[in-house]
Amino acid sequence: MAYKGHTINPQKFEKSQIKIILIILPLVIFMAMPLVYIFNHAFKPMEELFAFPPIFFVKNPTMDNFTFLMKITSMAGIPMSRYVFNSIIVTVITIFLSLLFTTCAAFALSKIKFKAKKILMSINQAAIMFVATAVLIPRYLVISFGGMIDSYAGHILPLVALPVALFLVKQFTDQVPDSLMEAAYIDGATDFQVYLKIVLPMIKPAIATASILVFQSVWNNLETSNYFMNDDSMKTLTFYMNSFVTENNTVAGQGVAAAAALIMFVPNLVLFVILQKNVMNTMAHSGIK
Amino acid sequence: MSRRRRNVCKGENLLKFLVHKLNLLSLEIGDKMIKNKISKRQNNKNGYWFVLPYGIVFTIFILVPVLMAVVLSFTNFNAIQFPSWVGFLNYITVLTNDEIFMQYVLPNTIVYSLIVGVGGYLLSFVLAWALCNLTKWFRTVFAMILYAPSMMAGVAMTVVWKVIFSGDQLGLLNSWLISLGVITDPIIWLVDKRFLLPIVIIIGLWSSMGIGFLSLIAGILNTDESLYEAGAIDGIKNRFQEMIYITVPGMKPQMLFAAVMAIVNAFQAGVHYVLLTGNPSPNYASQLIVNHIEDYGFLRYEMGYAAAVSVVLLLIVQVFSKVSNRLFGEKDE
Repeated sequence: MAYKGHTINPQKFEKSQIKIILIILPLVIFMAMPLVYIFNHAFKPMEELFAFPPIFFVKNPTMDNFTFLMKITSMAGIPMSRYVFNSIIVTVITIFLSLLFTTCAAFALSKIKFKAKKILMSINQAAIMFVATAVLIPRYLVISFGGMIDSYAGHILPLVALPVALFLVKQFTDQVPDSLMEAAYIDGATDFQVYLKIVLPMIKPAIATASILVFQSVWNNLETSNYFMNDDSMKTLTFYMNSFVTENNTVAGQGVAAAAALIMFVPNLVLFVILQKNVMNTMAHSGIK
Repeated sequence: MSRRRRNVCKGENLLKFLVHKLNLLSLEIGDKMIKNKISKRQNNKNGYWFVLPYGIVFTIFILVPVLMAVVLSFTNFNAIQFPSWVGFLNYITVLTNDEIFMQYVLPNTIVYSLIVGVGGYLLSFVLAWALCNLTKWFRTVFAMILYAPSMMAGVAMTVVWKVIFSGDQLGLLNSWLISLGVITDPIIWLVDKRFLLPIVIIIGLWSSMGIGFLSLIAGILNTDESLYEAGAIDGIKNRFQEMIYITVPGMKPQMLFAAVMAIVNAFQAGVHYVLLTGNPSPNYASQLIVNHIEDYGFLRYEMGYAAAVSVVLLLIVQVFSKVSNRLFGEKDE
């Protein structure tokens, strides 16, 4: 039989797909296993945590680990609500500023003609490969010269510019049809109005993707708490959970640590699942040309 | 009669022709008006205003630190006294006198980035391609499972693997291996220098299906379907040929994006393992270049030297990105 071609993105389930599923299934299970294990671990009661041989799935799920986590934090000098508050404030403001700045810049780099455009774009493209840890020291110096030690600005500002986010939003903005914008310009719209009324509504998927990326980089960030904050009450939930996890590596602590890990991880997962369609839509335009 | 009719026809034709020309002209004028309006915008200064906010943050927190790192790398700086100029001394030390770097850090980094960077990249391409041969439901679910680990960087990741690689017999891996009879006594995974690098590599691969992987899926799905039909007619015999001759050439931009992401991932990853193995890791067994920078910068306060290593790292990353640009870049630009 001649080869039919065209097997990408099939609409219907066919027998030939079973083969592929069987091949990648072990890998998918391997990838998923640690996640499943930690989900189970977080809900295990004490006797199951100590069980020998260790059990993979939880039998009698309890919330003990979570309540225990709350109890420990209420005994510490700084209540956990303070860390939660810090994390939320920092995350929300960073995402807002980052999206605002990024979409503005993406609009200009994609749709406005000005001289430095190309060079700015290539600088940003090179910066996608920027390894933040490599410049931790100069960053620390900048932040301490700027008087941002122990302030929310020290958490927020270093993470506002995310080159990958700008790149993706710019690529997506490229495919907003020029004719739409021209019509608006002829009607006398200003650049800002075009940005606000035409471009922003059309690049929602890219904005969603950028917000996921920024969220991940802020919410999981340890660096700012570790190096730019001396005052414990200014540190974030990530820092707290992390210090807790590293200090309690006993078996009893493991269940609580798993609970802490879940609290850190689940927001990432929820956000991604909600915005997943937008992400795929954006990634279609993610190519570097 | 026929001549008259022809004349009428001619007149009609002429009229049609004129109307047509007029139409074209008016279109052209309209076009010119639009173009005028836009050509005023050939160098629209507003562009700078739109870029400014991002540009300021970018400059202060990315560009300036990189430049400062370059300057600091030529100095001796201990974070207390003012930096003193030492010329190329730091670089010479990196290349000739830093035993830890040459003996452990560099080999580890090369092995790690080859397996996790290159290997992870190939793996994510194969997986992306396999997923694209499935129906939407399977694809979405599998993609989400594969992507999830890359969101775990940091605390969650540490916990997961600490529990699995726990050194006593209650550790998941130890108990499995004991029950299978592979080992008799539990192995203290996270201290044993034989296993540290492989462990870190496994974790690296596990979390390497990130945003580049999603980009590859989108790229493959984007391929024009008529190309596959044409390819089948032109004698493409199987899926593998289809992938090499049609899919890959059509998605070079996505391949490049994913490659860049893989490179960054491979060189940045060391940061996350510190929570698992400590810094420096036992016997420097899993010490990667970013760990070396932290070690010198924030534990030994030899910041000038750490800055030199940082510059070396940034250069290595740029070289790798040039290579992938060669491989996947579009030639005509």
